[in-house]
Amino acid sequence: MSGYADPGFDTLALHAGTAPDAATGARAVPLHLTTSFVFESSEHAASLFNMERPGHVYSRISNPTTAVFEERVAALEGGAGAIATASGQAALHLAIATLCGAGSHIVASSALYGGSHNLLHYTLSRFGIATTFVKPGDLDGWRAAIRPNTKLLFGETLGNPGLDVLDIPNISQIAHEAHLPLLVDSTLTTPYLIKPFEHGADLVYHSATKFLSGHGTVVGGVLADSGLFDWDAAHAKHGLFPELCEPYAGFHGMTFSEESTVGAFLLRARREGLRDFGACMSPHTAWLILQGIETLSLRMERHVANARKVAQFLASHPLVESVGYPDLESHPSHALAKQLLPRGAGSVFSFNLKGSRKQGKAFIEALRIFSHLANVGDCRSLVIHPASTTHFRMDDAALAQAGITAGTIRLSIGLEDADDLLDDLKRALKTAEKAQ
Amino acid sequence: MKLIVNNVEAYAYTGGKPFDPALPCVVFIHGAIHDHSDWTLLARWFAHHGHSVLAVDLPGHGRSVGQPLADMPALARWVLALLDAAGVERAALVGHSMGSLIALAAAGQAPQRVSHLVMLGTAYPMKVSDALLSTARERPLQAIDMVNSFSHSTWAPKPSYPGPGTWLHGAERALMRRTQASQTGRNLFEHDFQLCNSYDQGLNDAARLTCPSTLILGARDQMTSPKQTKELAAALKARVLTVDAGHSLMTEAPEQVLNAMRQALGA
Repeated sequence: MSGYADPGFDTLALHAGTAPDAATGARAVPLHLTTSFVFESSEHAASLFNMERPGHVYSRISNPTTAVFEERVAALEGGAGAIATASGQAALHLAIATLCGAGSHIVASSALYGGSHNLLHYTLSRFGIATTFVKPGDLDGWRAAIRPNTKLLFGETLGNPGLDVLDIPNISQIAHEAHLPLLVDSTLTTPYLIKPFEHGADLVYHSATKFLSGHGTVVGGVLADSGLFDWDAAHAKHGLFPELCEPYAGFHGMTFSEESTVGAFLLRARREGLRDFGACMSPHTAWLILQGIETLSLRMERHVANARKVAQFLASHPLVESVGYPDLESHPSHALAKQLLPRGAGSVFSFNLKGSRKQGKAFIEALRIFSHLANVGDCRSLVIHPASTTHFRMDDAALAQAGITAGTIRLSIGLEDADDLLDDLKRALKTAEKAQ
Repeated sequence: MKLIVNNVEAYAYTGGKPFDPALPCVVFIHGAIHDHSDWTLLARWFAHHGHSVLAVDLPGHGRSVGQPLADMPALARWVLALLDAAGVERAALVGHSMGSLIALAAAGQAPQRVSHLVMLGTAYPMKVSDALLSTARERPLQAIDMVNSFSHSTWAPKPSYPGPGTWLHGAERALMRRTQASQTGRNLFEHDFQLCNSYDQGLNDAARLTCPSTLILGARDQMTSPKQTKELAAALKARVLTVDAGHSLMTEAPEQVLNAMRQALGA
């Protein structure tokens, strides 16, 4: 391999992190289903534990198959490295737990996946980590919410469920002026639609369960680091991030930012976070997600093409009050979507039925191709009613702040023939119309 | 570890152990727009196997403050001054790429103070193409991508560096971008590559050496081709060890490089 720059997306999706197996000649990524790895000698064991030599010790910390997945995601994101986790929620927790402790504060978008909102609003507050939620488009709100104990700004590339496009260039600038990193959940967009690092984000995570895997078969997550955030500068200026910039008694007195200028965050996250919290990914899961990543661009193109057709159909249907898809000019984030998501705004979006709750229920139950379940990013089309499922813990005020009503229905558009999806929706809308 | 060298604060990584000037000392010198973190695994190994270690950040790079120095002799003098500051009389000098030329120049200036010379990913002369120099001058971020691409021989180095999960292309690009950005108002990339390009005293410096010397080369190095080392190797009477890697051999093949380093230093 040679050239003037990194290879293209599709080449990386197939080759990054792997080569034909030297021992067997296997071309596909071998699946290393093993908990642990034999030491060559006592001296070798000691040097691995002391980070004098690189290698695998125990699959909670690292595994050769899982490492291929991690390196491939890092390559596709344009980052320095990544850590695979048991789920997307585990990736979010790993990012926060690496940087925050009791007394820390986070500024987060109010338009979050319900599970992320639960973690920040309810669970982490029990551990002394507070969060201020701001509307994703309120740049002054982001700036004003930063406190001396703020450690992180956090949002989703496409807010859930209204699909507000996160203004990563401006929010990252606000974060960096305060010597803070911006963490972005890019699950709905994948690196094929946007690479948040190119726009200023510092940390990116995915629920790999969704489009990266793409087949609805496994649960997993991944957290990537751009390697560009200067933790030492933040520490010198504001005393932030001693976890990375001061000796850590829990791991050889290591100062992670000295060990690796660009890998300090990932070192701490792996050496402490995976070691102690243990939310690692199974190598079997990593292997399955790798099969999905190899066709990511092909699938995302089709997901987006189908989503555009469905969104346009719904937007012109008399029983539909509104469609929240940024590709449509009517969406408040349309201009930002054109700027940051030129390949499309994904294939998960919501729309509002004009009718009653009863009609909404009739609509969902009449669908034959769309499956009613709590997931997105499957190759099959999916549907859910957020107010009674993913966001059911929110009161009406919080729902309204997140842009959800009782009639909101979320779709995840799959890879079926678009005409069949439109027929399914037409039939269900007709059923809903009769259900008044 | 902070040191005062020529009245300016300098940083050297000591391999995870307090520096002990009484032990055999190994000085690691990084390449253009890099820093000490290229060496941390090797530095930790030697620091925990009977050596004292100074993996330096050159002036204006990484954690060492001050301006980047003007030429190779000045950098060589800086390395010798660093030894003075650390209380070290004699050390093994180990350098990668630009750092290998600094090590050679320092050994040429004070051969009695150098116990071993180890040059990794090296060539002499280390000529830089006009195209790269002009790109470095006009579009340094693009030049970083070019050098980054040419420095790696694989998309799948195992087990990666400093450990699994690191995408070396991205990590090295991030390091170069950060190092470049740290010098506001100065194009450090162009500065460092000009230093390599203009150093023409390599054979004279080599002729003054009295210590054993070793070249550790990447068989697939596209930046400093192993073919460009024959004259230097002859002048140094150097042992030449080759590892299966590109120019970024310490990160692409850390185990092979450790084995070669142990041979070079008799460790």
